[in-house]
Amino acid sequence: MTAYLVRRFLLMLLTLFGISVIIFALLRIVPGNIVDILADAAGFVNPAEKLRLEAELGLDKPIPVQYANWIAGLAKGDLGYSYVSEKPALDEILPRIPITARLAALALVFSILFGVPLGVISAVKQNTGLDYALRVLSLSGLSMPAFWLGLLILMAFVAGTGTMPIYSAAPKSFIDSLIMYSVPAAAVGFRSSALIMRLTRSSMLEVLRQDFVRTARSKGASETTVNYHHALRNAVLPVITVIGIEAAFLIGGLIVTETVFNIPGVARFLVEAIRWRDYPIVQNLVMFVALIVVVTNFLVDMLYTALDPRIRYAD
Amino acid sequence: MQTGEYSVELARAGANVSGRLDVAKFLARRYPLGAVGAAIMLIFLFAALFAGGLSPYDPLATNAAHSLAAPGAVHWMGADNFGRDVYSRIVHGARISLAVGLGSTTLGCLFGVMLGLLSGYLSGWVDLLVQRLIDILQALPLLVLALVMAAALGPSIQNTIIAIAIPLIPTVARVIRANTLALRELPFVEAARAIGMSDLRIALRHVLPNTLAPLIVLATAQFGSAILTEAALSFLGLGIPEPFPSWGRMLSESAAEYVRTAPWLVIFPGIAISLVVFGTNLLGDAMRDLLDPRQRT
Repeated sequence: MTAYLVRRFLLMLLTLFGISVIIFALLRIVPGNIVDILADAAGFVNPAEKLRLEAELGLDKPIPVQYANWIAGLAKGDLGYSYVSEKPALDEILPRIPITARLAALALVFSILFGVPLGVISAVKQNTGLDYALRVLSLSGLSMPAFWLGLLILMAFVAGTGTMPIYSAAPKSFIDSLIMYSVPAAAVGFRSSALIMRLTRSSMLEVLRQDFVRTARSKGASETTVNYHHALRNAVLPVITVIGIEAAFLIGGLIVTETVFNIPGVARFLVEAIRWRDYPIVQNLVMFVALIVVVTNFLVDMLYTALDPRIRYAD
Repeated sequence: MQTGEYSVELARAGANVSGRLDVAKFLARRYPLGAVGAAIMLIFLFAALFAGGLSPYDPLATNAAHSLAAPGAVHWMGADNFGRDVYSRIVHGARISLAVGLGSTTLGCLFGVMLGLLSGYLSGWVDLLVQRLIDILQALPLLVLALVMAAALGPSIQNTIIAIAIPLIPTVARVIRANTLALRELPFVEAARAIGMSDLRIALRHVLPNTLAPLIVLATAQFGSAILTEAALSFLGLGIPEPFPSWGRMLSESAAEYVRTAPWLVIFPGIAISLVVFGTNLLGDAMRDLLDPRQRT
């Protein structure tokens, strides 16, 4: 197991290194940097002034040197400065993380709370009207763009209450923030809950056909016991993988939903930084996203061994 | 696709079929939801092919007098703030959506299949290298990678297609690799090797055709997510540039503002996106049931 963990850790480092190279190169193959964009916006800028600004931002150095500087900074916890606000990138990114984290956690809770039970019901009532209705519901969840669902929710609020539940000021209390985040969280979580529902259904159907379920039934266990105690416990493993993968998916949903609901989180910040070619923000945020995805996948794999003792990772 | 591919399936189900039309009828009865999906897809395909004839207005023609006109006899789905006809733009938008969906799925599958075959069939250091590349590409969410790619390449239809295709590669490569690894050990591949066939020929003539079923299933699913990603990219202003009528772009321009004042600008493009992806998903589910019996539930 130790050897497996070491290998796994090294592979994670390798993946992150690969991403850092790709992102860094991608952001720089395009003609035009922040200085050009600013110059465009200002109309005419003195060429000497442009050169001075480029030198100040370190954009005049060769790309490998720029890369080495970035990585050396990362190792020291220095992420550089935002080109737009000129504040340290870390100070720009850190305060926005809790906002997005809250939204993501609520969305995940929402998706599991709805996805798993509805998937079980769908499987237990296979091929009934209820099953068909739930399957169409989950499929429509997968088909709707998250931002459109968010807009529809806003529309419903306007029609019903005349107000829009978009972010205007930081919530004061825990209850306030719960109310403020739960609507966008539902918009993000709906898609994930649809996926979890579908997977729980097919996984349950698979398990319900197995011998031990028949044994449980024949010894007189109630339907509820069979479904929840015997079947769901065994069906939940593949569902956990998807929840792991969904954590990455969720980030895409968060980006558009934060934009719709005007939430000043880190996901919307990434889009803004991309539009502004604010390299220090973009490259550090992308690395942060990659880190989350890689660590989540690792944790999911570890969770496997904890949940199912039959799974062991060989050295 | 030929009748022959389903013959076993059809015989098992006790179907008495002769022509292609009979096969279609049989499949439609057996997979009613899949048939609905196929019908939806055909409608959008029809709209994309004959967009010019189907739309009463030029999708790009502005008309200040009709700015934000409500849906009615003149503009069936209303008009946007430039007075452009929403219905005509949605019909023409089908072209963009399907083109981006098809283009990026094809491109993604092409590279994914190449990498998967290479990695699964050759193994050794090639496999190791490809696997690490896949790890890297998979560590970023689809939309994040597409956003960075789109920003790096600049806004155009071709670049949007490329930006969406690249994040699709790893999933395809993984599935094809796993299939290739399994197929490589089978007797018919050994037989092909025994008669002196070259590796390339075996990979292309024997292994590849046997991975087509999972590939078709996967490609259908990816077609849907490509369309959704295009919509999200354009919504965020980093996908299809103006003046092309992209559904995502139609939703982007201060959509939250129109929620109050002109809801038709929000409702119709969203329905178009959802419907086409819904059709893809229905069709994809039916294809999976038909072509990949192991996953059948």
